[in-house]
Amino acid sequence: MVIQPGETLLHLDLGGIWQYRELLYFLVWRDVKVRYKQTAIGIGWTVLQPLMTMVLFTIVFGNFAQIPSDGLPYPVFAYTALLPWTYFAQALGRGGTSLVGNANLISKVYFPRLMIPLATAVAPIVDFWCSFVILLGLMGWFGIVPTWGVLMLPLFLLLAVMTALAMSLWLAPPNVKYRDVGHTIPFLIQFWMYASPVAYPVSLVPEQWRLLYSLNPMAGVIEGFRWALLGKASPDFMVMAVSAAMEVALLFGGILYFQRMEQTFADVV
Amino acid sequence: MADVALRAENLSKRYQISAVQRRHDTLRDQLMDGLKTMFRRNGRPQASAETFWALQGVSFEVAQGEAVGIIGRNGAGKSTLLKLLSRVTKPTAGRAEIYGRVGSLLEVGTGFDRELSGRENIYLSGAILGMTRAEIANKFDEIVAFAEVEPFVDTPVKRYSSGMYLRLAFAVAAHLEPEILLVDEVLAVGDAAFQKKCLGKMGEVGRSGRTILFVSHNMVAVTRLCNRALWLERGRLHAFGGVDEVIARYLAAGADGRGERRFCEDLDQCPGSEYVRLTAVRVRNQEGAVANVLDVRLPFSVEMVYRILRPTANLRLGLRIVAYDGTVVFSTRDLDDGNEEQVRNPGDYISRCTIPGNFLDYGQYFVSFGADFPMTRSHFALQQALAFQIEPTGGVGGHVADGRSGLLRIRLPWVIEQLR
Repeated sequence: MVIQPGETLLHLDLGGIWQYRELLYFLVWRDVKVRYKQTAIGIGWTVLQPLMTMVLFTIVFGNFAQIPSDGLPYPVFAYTALLPWTYFAQALGRGGTSLVGNANLISKVYFPRLMIPLATAVAPIVDFWCSFVILLGLMGWFGIVPTWGVLMLPLFLLLAVMTALAMSLWLAPPNVKYRDVGHTIPFLIQFWMYASPVAYPVSLVPEQWRLLYSLNPMAGVIEGFRWALLGKASPDFMVMAVSAAMEVALLFGGILYFQRMEQTFADVV
Repeated sequence: MADVALRAENLSKRYQISAVQRRHDTLRDQLMDGLKTMFRRNGRPQASAETFWALQGVSFEVAQGEAVGIIGRNGAGKSTLLKLLSRVTKPTAGRAEIYGRVGSLLEVGTGFDRELSGRENIYLSGAILGMTRAEIANKFDEIVAFAEVEPFVDTPVKRYSSGMYLRLAFAVAAHLEPEILLVDEVLAVGDAAFQKKCLGKMGEVGRSGRTILFVSHNMVAVTRLCNRALWLERGRLHAFGGVDEVIARYLAAGADGRGERRFCEDLDQCPGSEYVRLTAVRVRNQEGAVANVLDVRLPFSVEMVYRILRPTANLRLGLRIVAYDGTVVFSTRDLDDGNEEQVRNPGDYISRCTIPGNFLDYGQYFVSFGADFPMTRSHFALQQALAFQIEPTGGVGGHVADGRSGLLRIRLPWVIEQLR
């Protein structure tokens, strides 16, 4: 093994990441374990969060504002979007500050730094599946039978994970130096939710803005979820495709950026 | 030379001063600093050095199975060297080649999570230090036994006593089995029994043929554990060779304080409590000059300079003379000699102890300092804060260093009688 000043070109150490795969497992495991220690209802919190938001949305947007829901019952419509959204919000919220939160590890022991944002992107998937059970209940209640499109669900989940990871890779390194970034993340998440079709359908967005709108990677993810699970009649494949392309670009750029920044983490954090 | 385990060539590390000093620089700070410098043209000149070299041009080679002690004063670059070799941070220049799996122990309890149980932390910390799940499972019982925490293995570690916590943390690290082990001053924590145990474990690791790099201020530990020593001085390699020779030179150079050690300018940073702060300790020869090389024939004194902050009646300052191999020669306290119940009002004081000539034998000694209220509370305890050397310049036994055994060279009354 050779230690020398860092090379600047892309040098993704996939071998190293594979070698440390057990560490990823343990970091995810720690994350899941620690979060609900000493809580009375434990894992119940993960389910409660999207569920309560769904109820609120149904009352405010579905009933008061009469926002259309593509002909689907509003609660299912909203909850289907809240699943990937809650995942994303949690993953980004924790991912953006993950390097600072693990400062003691970074300054004391070596492992591929990518493991940290990777772990924060993976851990909320556990919560996702817990909340997913509720969705099945809701779908049963409203008599919605998923189509074959449900087989595509893992793909859309993967896209959501990629987006969360990509954003964490972009936000966590500057937060090491400027803690300001950490403060803007909650605001960013809130802002982002209204820019995503969580409470309203994509069809509400004027046609001429739709291309711009679909640059938001989460737009495609949510649209994909609705299509895969609820068998929405006219899925907007254009939105999904543009979002997916955006995701890949974001992630690739994020990895490049992260690799360039990671060499100084231990000195600055 | 046997197979090389580690080779460093011209290894260097430069730090940004600002990055070192400030923990949280914010955008606002940067903006404000920019403004300040703009308006401070006519003020004092800014410190020109924005960066400093923590390590500069360090080259050395360690063979497999060697145990190398890394010594040097604070800020000499010892920890930086370990950080570079353990890949925690990247060098600014130079390179190092490492042949074998590296395990680093830069702190006790890396990766511990206070919320998790002992069992969970063993797995987590083990994984972070580079063990596989199977390895940890294999060693699990051994780790728990070493740490002596069997009954509490499923209790969150936040409920552990600090001693238990340290033992468990060290136990995990001690059961790492890398080919090359990098250890930073971790033995400086914990009580004496624990330190002894750690040292024993490290010795075991060394004897099993693995390569060890060990940073320490504790010369006794370095001597016991290592066969070579690497002396860093202000980021540069000063000496690298056999442990006895390098340590002897290091101590002789007074690198540990030239017979004197002053604590920081800021009183709050000095060792002590709200009652007493130790500001300096020193060794003086018979003429009263600060020295760390002493004539075996002559008396010398060891003194503690301290400030009393609140009136005290039973404060007791003491010191302990420790031989080269860690044996305590004796300990003594300033209340020993009929000074009991001496009231000390706030102010600056010196407690000075005179050690007679022809008493300690030739060799290297350390002084540990402490202050306490008897039986109730300790104010400071500094292990081996000073070192001095007793030189064979004559005295009892004539002019030749006659290599008698024992730590003392005391003049005792002898009678020689002819019986017939």
